[in-house]
Order: sequence, then structure tokens, then C-alpha cells
Amino acid sequence: MVLELARPRPIWQVMFSTHHTDVGLMYLIFSLLAMFVGGAMAIALRVELFAPGAQLIQDSMTFNRLFTAHGTTMIFLFLLPSASAVGNYLVPIMVRYKDMAYPKLNAIAFWMIPPAAALVWLGMADFGWYANPPYSVISAPAPAAEMWIFGLKMLGVSSILSSINFVVTIMKCKHPDMSLGKVPLLGWSFLSSSIIVLAAMPTFAAALLMLLTDRLGASGFFNPAVGGDPIAYSHLFWFTFHPEVYVLVIPAIGMMYEIIPRFSRRPIFSHSSGVAAFIILSIVAFASWAHHMFATGMSFTEKTVFMVGTLAAVPASAMHVFNFLATMWNGRIKFATPMMWAVGGIALFFAAGAGGVVNTAMPLDFITHDSYWVVGHFHLFVFGTIAFGTIGFVYYLFPYITGRMYNEKWGVVHFILAFVGACITFFTQHILGLFGMPRRIYDYPEIPEWVSMNALISVGAMIILVGMVIFLANLIYSSAKGKPANLEDPFGLGGKYYYPFSQRNPHHGDGGY
Amino acid sequence: MAHSNWAEWIYLGVVTALLVYVGAEAWNVERIIDHAPEDAEIIKVTAQQWLWTFEHEDGTKEVGELHLKKDHAYKFELTSKDVIHNFNIPEYVVLLDAVPGRVNTVWFSPNEVGEFDIQCREYCGLIHYNMRALLIVEDV
Ligand code: HEM
Ligand SMILES: [Cu+2]
Ligand SMILES: [Cu+2]
Repeated sequence: MVLELARPRPIWQVMFSTHHTDVGLMYLIFSLLAMFVGGAMAIALRVELFAPGAQLIQDSMTFNRLFTAHGTTMIFLFLLPSASAVGNYLVPIMVRYKDMAYPKLNAIAFWMIPPAAALVWLGMADFGWYANPPYSVISAPAPAAEMWIFGLKMLGVSSILSSINFVVTIMKCKHPDMSLGKVPLLGWSFLSSSIIVLAAMPTFAAALLMLLTDRLGASGFFNPAVGGDPIAYSHLFWFTFHPEVYVLVIPAIGMMYEIIPRFSRRPIFSHSSGVAAFIILSIVAFASWAHHMFATGMSFTEKTVFMVGTLAAVPASAMHVFNFLATMWNGRIKFATPMMWAVGGIALFFAAGAGGVVNTAMPLDFITHDSYWVVGHFHLFVFGTIAFGTIGFVYYLFPYITGRMYNEKWGVVHFILAFVGACITFFTQHILGLFGMPRRIYDYPEIPEWVSMNALISVGAMIILVGMVIFLANLIYSSAKGKPANLEDPFGLGGKYYYPFSQRNPHHGDGGY
Repeated sequence: MAHSNWAEWIYLGVVTALLVYVGAEAWNVERIIDHAPEDAEIIKVTAQQWLWTFEHEDGTKEVGELHLKKDHAYKFELTSKDVIHNFNIPEYVVLLDAVPGRVNTVWFSPNEVGEFDIQCREYCGLIHYNMRALLIVEDV
């Protein structure tokens, strides 16, 4: 098998390379693979929930294992690595350095991910992606739980290593002529998300170890039977993972900052506003974690503090939306595939944020909490915004990686199916939540509204599936048989690009790019 | 900032004003519903994998069914024997975690006669999907 078809090389050369575009390529291929694996799990869940009674999955244990693996896969094996893929391709080029600051560390950070994936996929733990104790301590079957804990431990270390690399590359290796303020917004997005990871991830790393020793019976941090407190875990977990949602969304916003001005053929409306919003977000991200815990029995004062902390993050997100719209205003927009994904992503970002505000307004959270509303809320973010930005960027990078063009017509069809499917699926989930359906349930009683809405949601998921199959076919077919791309200006926009291929890859030999 | 950004400032002002309004309104409502009335009758609710036990003030116990009187205020004292569950009556927006080792309280006052679903809203394992009970509100 050969990769980078414009200049074929044996796959092992890419695998054992530490060059940033090669590591980026490995990240990209792995994350897309994980997206299809996690997507297949989601489809199994939706087929099961299409109607009451057992459809595809015969027991609740299998269902529980599947939703756990689905969430873990999508967040840790698809979204985080796909962001790293883009960062690896573009950050060194944007700061005008020859590679990442620590190329070997970079490769190590990537290679920790596949073994971690193997642990998660072979173990199939059943406690949800948040591993809440005391269930995860006293009830979850071994060895699946241990495998998940070790897998997440590795993923945490991997993301800390790659974050160190991004921070050092941007802060220390940028061209001496380039001030930090002049670093493109995509670079800024990786700087801010990496700093959040460095501040947030160690807390979860500690919680995982405590969970493990609790399971071994050596400690009882989270086990009330021996005097521990499960709510302490929730604090540690959400202290990491509320900021982590910004770690996911910020690079996707950065990708939109690359696509939108390019396809609007205008410079970004305000570079400084984008930078300011990134900085504000990475600080206020730490003021809101316990909005996930309103229903654990917090006092009125605690709830108020975390409501205010959460609402404080909204204006910064709104600044990004404004920046995008102001850039597109009066622009000569070309709606090629990457632009469609970026614009669709912004629309869903806005809708998702509105739903988030509802979750945050304390009394309303007691309607939405742990219902399908929450499932709809975060899928509008993780799929509608983050995956949309990422997929758009995959189309954007495609000619640079393969030297060929993807099929534009099928790219548009993919977008339309995904957008329509996402609206049907995730907006209906919001409404279903208002009708009281809890999340993470294998089967449900025959309440007429629940039955019809679940069927509709499953149909929406199937529409997304069709789009994704088209995506896969387009990627495979076009990288082998697509039209050769005009690498100076593949989208016919006129203007200057960051050329991932222009970075001299030592494996490309003399005279190559 | 290099160029005039007044439009962005106006926009941010509007967004912030909306958020302040939502936050203040939420604070005000929550402040009122956070306190149970003095005369609320206490129901002790114990969750365990995967059923609900209810104990009335007079010591009578019910499993899987809860009989209450219309237009009375009730205060639930929730706890759990094993893992975290969540006591939820969707029709009356009653929702709170039942946490082992803690007692959480939530109150409501049913204003309609009839049968309503009680369900577990926090993942608790194998039969979480069917950890249900029935609330029966009767006229006095
Ligand atoms: C930035 C992108 C965002 C992502 C990726 C995201 C993701 C998530 C996820 C995964 C959950 C569910 C966690 C779980 O229980 O498994 C969640 C819940 C929540 N989100 Fe977001 N979110 C984002 C933005 C926001 C914003 C902007 C707000 C508020 C303005 C918000 C407010 C909430 C609240 C209050 C909950 C808790 C709901 C509940 O469980 O009752 N989120 N979010
Ligand atoms: Cu959050
Ligand atoms: Cu449950």
C-alpha cells in the first residue's frame, strides 16, 4: 500500500517518520477510521431504539457497552486526533518552522493512541464515557473497566505530550520576525486548546488512578461503603471535561477561521477579536464545570456560582460567530464543499449554544438533565459544530495531501445529507428530552410521543449514515482516480495558501516538494 | 483594534444583556423553589439496583408504587443503597440524584389526580432502563 499518491511511498516510511506532515497523516487516517467505527456503534444504538422492544441488540449489557465505547471513541479517538492531524499539518507552517518542536515526542504521542484504542475496543466497559462511581467501582464488570481506565490513562498522557509540543512550537519556534499577535488564528486555536489541556488533564489523570485503586480495594476515595464520596469524582471529572469541550471546539473554530476568509475572499473581519475570544474562552472554561452537577444536590449558592460561570463563557463564543458573519458579509463567497461545512457548522453552533443556555438556567436544567435534550445539545456541538468543521477541513486539505481533487458534487451531497440528518436527529432529541425520556436506556415503554420521535431520530441517523458512506467512497475513489489538483490554487479562489506540501519532507527525495 | 468595531460591541452588549436577563430570571425562580414549605410531609425514598422503596411519615412502606394526596406538599428525602440513581417524576419536574451516603431533598405538590411515571434518570447498570415506579395521586 502506498500513501500520498502524488508521490507514492511505502506505508512504513510514513509510519516510522517523525516529520510533522507524516505524523499528521497518521493522525488523520486513524481518526477517520475511529469515526467510522464509532459511527457504526451509533447506528447499532439507533437501530435498537427505532422501536420499543429488542430490535438488534438482545440484552441491555451489550447496549450499555456500545454507548460507552461510542462516546469514548468519538471524543478521544476521533475528535482529539483529528484536531491533532490538522495542527500537525499546519501549525509548523503557520509559524514558519521546519517541523514540530519535538518530532520524536510528536510521533510517540500519536503511537500511544492505537494501543489505547485497542484497550477501549477490546474491553468494552459499560459505565458510560464518564465512569461514574460508585457504579464504576463496585458494579462495573472486570476486566473491561480496568482496560478502559488504562486506555484513558494513555490517551490523557498522549494529549498532554502533544499539547506540550504545540505550545513550544508556537511560543518558542515561531519565526523571529513573527510576533505572537500575528500568528494566524488557526495557530492561536491550537495554542489556547493546548494550554487548556495542560491545565485540565492532570486532574482527570489523578481521578483515574484513584478509581483504579478503589476498584482494587486499596483505597476508598469514591466508595461510600468505606467512607468515600462519589461526588468528589464528579468534581474531578468535570473539572477536566468541561474545559475539554472547549479543547474540542476551539480547534474546529480555528479551522473555520482558515476556511471562511479563504472562501469569502476577504481577510478575517477582526484578527484581534478572534485572539481575544480564544484567550477569554481558555480562562472562563474553568469557571463552569459543576453545571453538570446541578442535580447532585448542590446548595443554591453553588448552583448560582456555576450558572454565572457558565454564562460568562457565552459572549466569547458569540464573538467568533460575529467574526465569521462579518467576514462573509459583502464577501465574494464561493460555496465549495469546505465552505458549506464551515457555514453549516456555524449555524448548528449557534443552535447548540442556545440549548446550552437552557441547560445552564438552573430550574430548566431539572427538565433537561440526563434526558435526550442533553444528548441533542452536545451532539449539535460534537457532530454539528466540531465534526462539521473537521470534515470541511478534510475536504480542504484533500488536494494538498493527495495531489488530487475530491469529487465536488458528491462532497455537496454528503454535506446536505449530514446537515439534514443532523437537524432531524438532534433537534428531535431535544424535544424528546422535554417529553421526559432519559438517556442511556436500552428500552422504553410505549409512550406514543416517545415511539414516534425515536423512529424519526433513527431515520435521521440513517440519513447521516448514507452521507458518511458517500464520504468514504469519495475519499477512496478520489485519492486514486480523482482529477489532478492545481496545487497553486485548488479551489480556484486566487490568493495565498498555506501549502502543507511545500514543507520539505525529507522522505520525498530530491526535487520533490 | 485597527478598524471600527462598533457593530461588534453593540452585538456583544445585546448578547450580554440577554444572558443577564436569563441568569437573573433563573436565579429568582430557583431561589423560590429551592425551599420546601414548612408543613411538607416527608417521604423517605430509597433507591437500589433497580427498584424504588418509599416510606411515609407514619412508617408504612411501599415498593414500586407511591400513593400521595392531591394538593399536599411533599418533601422527598432521597438516598441510595448502592450506586447513584436519579429520582425523576417528569410530569412534575421533580428530579434529583439519590446518592449513597448522602440524603438529598426535593419537594413538590401534586395538583392533579391520576397516575404518573417515576423513573431513574441516572445510569445505574443493567436494568436502569426499566427502573420505574408509579405515582398515584388521589383526591382526599
Ligand atoms: C463548546 C462546545 C460544547 C460542547 C462540546 C459541549 C458538550 C457537552 C456534553 C458532552 C455534555 C454532556 C455531558 C454528559 O453528561 O455526558 C454537555 C452538557 C451540558 N452543557 Fe455543553 N457543550 C458545549 C458548550 C456548552 C455551552 C456553550 C453551554 C452553556 C451556555 C453548555 C452547557 C451545558 C450544560 C449546562 C450541560 C449539563 C446538562 C445536564 O447534564 O443537565 N455547553 N455539554
Ligand atoms: Cu460543561
Ligand atoms: Cu438508573
